[in-house]
Amino acid sequence: MIEVTIPEAAAKRNVRLRLRVNDDEHEVLFAPYKTLLEVLREDLNLTGTKHGCELGECGACAVLVDGKPLLSCLELALECEGCRIATVEGLSRGPELHPLQAAFADLGGAQCGYCTPAILMTAKALLQDEPNPSREHIKAALAGNLCRCTGYQQIYEAIEKAAALMREARPMRHEVKQ
Amino acid sequence: MSTGRQFNTIGKPRRRVDGRAKVTGHTRFADDVTLPRMLHAKLLRSPHPHAEIVSIDTSRAETHAGMNLVLTGKDFPVAIGIIPVGQDEYPLARGRVRYVGEPVAAVIAKDEATAAEAVDLIEVQYRKLPTIASSQEGLEQPDVRIHKHSERGNIHCTQAYEFGDVDEALAKSDHVFEDLFFYEGNTHLAIEQHASVASMDGEGKLTLWSSTQVPHYIHRALARALGVPAAHIRVIACPNGGGFGGKCDLHNHEVVVSKASLRLGRPVKICLTREEVFYMHRGRHPVLMKLRTGVTRDGKLTAMHLQTLLDGGAYSSYGPVTTLYSGALQTVTYDLPHYKFEGCRTFTNKPPCGAKRGHGTVQPRFGQEIQLDKIANKLCIDPAELRLKMIVPPNSLTANWLRVGSIGLAECIRTVVDRSEWSNRRGKLPAGRGLGIAVGAYLCGAGLPIYFNTMPHSGVQVLLDRSGQVTVFCGATEVGQGSDDVLAAMVAEVLGVEPADVRCITGDTGITPVDLGSYSSRVTVMMGNAAIQAAERVRALLVAAAAEQLRVAPEQISFGGNRVFAVDDPRKSLRFQEAIDFAETKFGTLGAVGSYTPPPPPGHFKGSGVGPSPAYSYTAVVVEVEVDSETGWITVPKVWVAHDIGRTVNPVLARGQVEGSIYMGLGEALMEEQVYRRLPRKLSDALVHKIPSLLEYKSLTSLDMPEVDTVLIEDPDPNCPFGAKEVGQGPLLPVMPAVANAVFDAVGVRIDEVPITPDKILKALALKAQGKEPRVGPEHFPAVAYRQPILVLPPWAGGDGNATKGPGKGANETRERIVS
Repeated sequence: MIEVTIPEAAAKRNVRLRLRVNDDEHEVLFAPYKTLLEVLREDLNLTGTKHGCELGECGACAVLVDGKPLLSCLELALECEGCRIATVEGLSRGPELHPLQAAFADLGGAQCGYCTPAILMTAKALLQDEPNPSREHIKAALAGNLCRCTGYQQIYEAIEKAAALMREARPMRHEVKQ
Repeated sequence: MSTGRQFNTIGKPRRRVDGRAKVTGHTRFADDVTLPRMLHAKLLRSPHPHAEIVSIDTSRAETHAGMNLVLTGKDFPVAIGIIPVGQDEYPLARGRVRYVGEPVAAVIAKDEATAAEAVDLIEVQYRKLPTIASSQEGLEQPDVRIHKHSERGNIHCTQAYEFGDVDEALAKSDHVFEDLFFYEGNTHLAIEQHASVASMDGEGKLTLWSSTQVPHYIHRALARALGVPAAHIRVIACPNGGGFGGKCDLHNHEVVVSKASLRLGRPVKICLTREEVFYMHRGRHPVLMKLRTGVTRDGKLTAMHLQTLLDGGAYSSYGPVTTLYSGALQTVTYDLPHYKFEGCRTFTNKPPCGAKRGHGTVQPRFGQEIQLDKIANKLCIDPAELRLKMIVPPNSLTANWLRVGSIGLAECIRTVVDRSEWSNRRGKLPAGRGLGIAVGAYLCGAGLPIYFNTMPHSGVQVLLDRSGQVTVFCGATEVGQGSDDVLAAMVAEVLGVEPADVRCITGDTGITPVDLGSYSSRVTVMMGNAAIQAAERVRALLVAAAAEQLRVAPEQISFGGNRVFAVDDPRKSLRFQEAIDFAETKFGTLGAVGSYTPPPPPGHFKGSGVGPSPAYSYTAVVVEVEVDSETGWITVPKVWVAHDIGRTVNPVLARGQVEGSIYMGLGEALMEEQVYRRLPRKLSDALVHKIPSLLEYKSLTSLDMPEVDTVLIEDPDPNCPFGAKEVGQGPLLPVMPAVANAVFDAVGVRIDEVPITPDKILKALALKAQGKEPRVGPEHFPAVAYRQPILVLPPWAGGDGNATKGPGKGANETRERIVS
């Protein structure tokens, strides 16, 4: 944990930073106290990442930073310089949905869709580590993502279907550890 | 079950029409709306639960750098409230505050941080008043009167009805069961925090984008609150990031940003913090209930007397309607020859309660279903059998004048009994494990709107053009349930096209026909019927043009697979787009509207408008529990549910609604509670929320959610579009009592209140060990000054649906069901 102490006057001065989001390089000017969530949504207009508490409790703001799920409401954007940040906007390959996205859309994994982007990113990280997760493993991976609509079952089924499709498509992929 | 006709779209599992947007981050929720020159609002909220506002000094805030506008109650002279008889709060408090968190002032500034700084500079002087923390306190201290408009003291309103002579019927019963139950309040907890953006458009008119389930009601209420003609206001309901009833009021912040935008001529946004959402609330009412129920020795109901006492919080919100709902639907599941209901809502100094999934009917269903379990136990009858023997017949009227159409409840019960292996397992599982059963019923849309009018409840417009495009407009609102998907499916089915080819434009009062909103499980039935009517009208134009072109009789024309063709001669066929071309040539620009008005309520007495519905959905649930007698911890390994949906529109979404209801029901049963505590007097004496955070307000996570075995029972209802009933709320109702009944089966203790927490289990087990009544629940029901009941004879007692002046005795008690 890095402790950042900034004098009040300095805190109001914007900082200029390069952020790498979904493989795009952005030069962003923002107030140094802003969280990654705020910079993504407000300064980069990437509103696919959501918020439900801004206290690290609901999981709706999860993005991948260097491949690992991270609650963007608890992370200062300042600390993300040089990191690879991935959000839901970068999940599909061009017009083609990622298998997780297709499975969520087809199998009822998204109802209101508000917690969905963060769950998709969390699931993506899970499948990178474990291409064939058990139901219990999926539950554990999603324990920090609250969903009020689905009762989770259709989310599990969507992840399992996507995992199966991804294993078929890229049988060797799981041997490459990120 | 009967499936009848063949469908192209209805009943087939499909990706929902808005599914792609939801998984790509394209769905634009209210807080995703950003406009040029947009400003941000913050509210100053009361730290006191009950106080007079002596003065508000905004001078320091007004000179704060980056600040644009400060608003206080002076700027809002018009009282607001979602129902006509509940106009008792102000967008910003005037003169008095009545709950911690009530908005007192607002600052609009260049960004949220600046607005928050300026809010801190506003100085408010309060004179604290005594506070009311509960219904009981409200009844005991009528002089600490929260509202002048209350019926008396802190009794907001009472309702009372008697259908047949209940006391006489109870006296004649073999057994009379009297039980008290308490249902703790809980909240919606939609993951999306409420957000709104108001903007003045190029013509000087107002547009409000908001997290709302009811754009039409907001439109009306906003016009009144702002004193602006409704024609100059456009309300756009963004897709809601969950609603569950929590986005059904005209919320303070919606009026504040609207007013600010009109003052400043610039867009103004607000997004509430999670803590603010907890304090705004409008969720489930805490309800104390007393149920006196008479039965024959073979387990038939003879009469029921239900009394409810609702803790309404500080303002009306939907309260009078909730109070009526707390007694409305006890009659639609089981034959009940005599019924008396008395309801009372009190004001307290807490955030207002309103509508939450199952609105008002959840709490008495909890009591009724546990009491039935007690009755079955006492009479040594299997609880499933007891219920099966007294199910309301289809096409009948109930004692309180509700018309039941289709009813698939028996099949629901048999299904969950079979699938859970109920007969082999209930009462026979190892110590600490048990099964419980309960059922429920819910409306498919309220029979009456929330403000009196006799116009349609839903309107749909369909436009076709030569590009082959089908565009459908409706004021209905997507809250996650799949409103747009139902709309597209209905139109696609009629026109023989794919749902994905139908463009839905919804929830926008500026361009869509009126639909009353996403509440009371009304959208599928009301919007669906309107959509079918609109689509059939435009289809008739296509039929006429295609028949002429194909030289066949109009009756021969059919639609399917994006083609319009002759049934007997498939060679005579047009592409859908070609048919449009011919029809557009013949008739001009193609479009049609449809609308839906529910049948009039069968009863004619005052209050008979709450409870009627075009149809009722039914659900049965079996819950399995494991109770650890050392720790009191309750685990739910599995739930079986069968829901009478009439007809399934899209099984993927329907199952999601059922399982989401089970999830939310388990939360209410086991952990969720919106509870308050008094801060010590030396601090502020304030009534503050105990746990206003997503971490501490416990809800089920993925690790807690059990496996759910879901079955949809199809018994098409003639009042419903293609027979489809609701599915979004009904399946919640049986969950909580089924958990309580399963706990009894597991460890032999009765927990007559929710949430059923480990401490209550341990307390009940300790009582059991001491040889005392093994029960935790309310011990006392206070004396409530209910009004004199309105007497109405049941249909089988010679009644005509009107109130009688006499006591309702002496009429012919020969019961003959009136069959519609």
